[in-house]
Amino acid sequence: QEGFGSDFSSGASSGKMDPGTIMEQVKVQIAVANAQELLQRMTDKCFKKCIGKPGSTLDNSEQKCIAMCMDRYMDAWNTVSRAYNSRLQRERARI
Amino acid sequence: MADFSSSFDMPSASLSENAEAAELQRLIAVEQQKAQFQAQVHNFTDVCWDKCVDKPSSKLDSRTEICLVSCVERFIDTTLTITNRFTQMVQKGAH
Repeated sequence: QEGFGSDFSSGASSGKMDPGTIMEQVKVQIAVANAQELLQRMTDKCFKKCIGKPGSTLDNSEQKCIAMCMDRYMDAWNTVSRAYNSRLQRERARI
Repeated sequence: MADFSSSFDMPSASLSENAEAAELQRLIAVEQQKAQFQAQVHNFTDVCWDKCVDKPSSKLDSRTEICLVSCVERFIDTTLTITNRFTQMVQKGAH
């Protein structure tokens, strides 16, 4: 077996791509999209919670609040993930 | 064997290439399902953060944790209630 494409574009024209490589790229792309979504929502929530009237810089208390908020948001995300997973398992068990 | 068609071009592919493409599609479908789960967690966390988290603190207290779990459960219940009632409304010819 020869001619492994190193990216999607060369793979399509030179023949087969290694399925392992494809799956790796799919997983990476999904993970990147997930991280972007997390950051966007986290920024939205933490800006709302931590920044009152926007000043000329982020002061110390605002910085600390943002750091704490990030940690709490990720804690919340994990709690929600577990809760949703439990519910899905419960629903599947009923079928 | 020189075959320049992509492995997803079914009619000219060999039996093993078909099987490989089908397996790849199955693996990708699994990753997509995981991604859908993550997307739902983002949505729930967004909504439930607003309902349950007041001031970001040094850790997520148990009251907040319980609120988040209940929030996910009740949001799903609400979705099901709305879906069921809406279906009934449509069947009765409501507009």
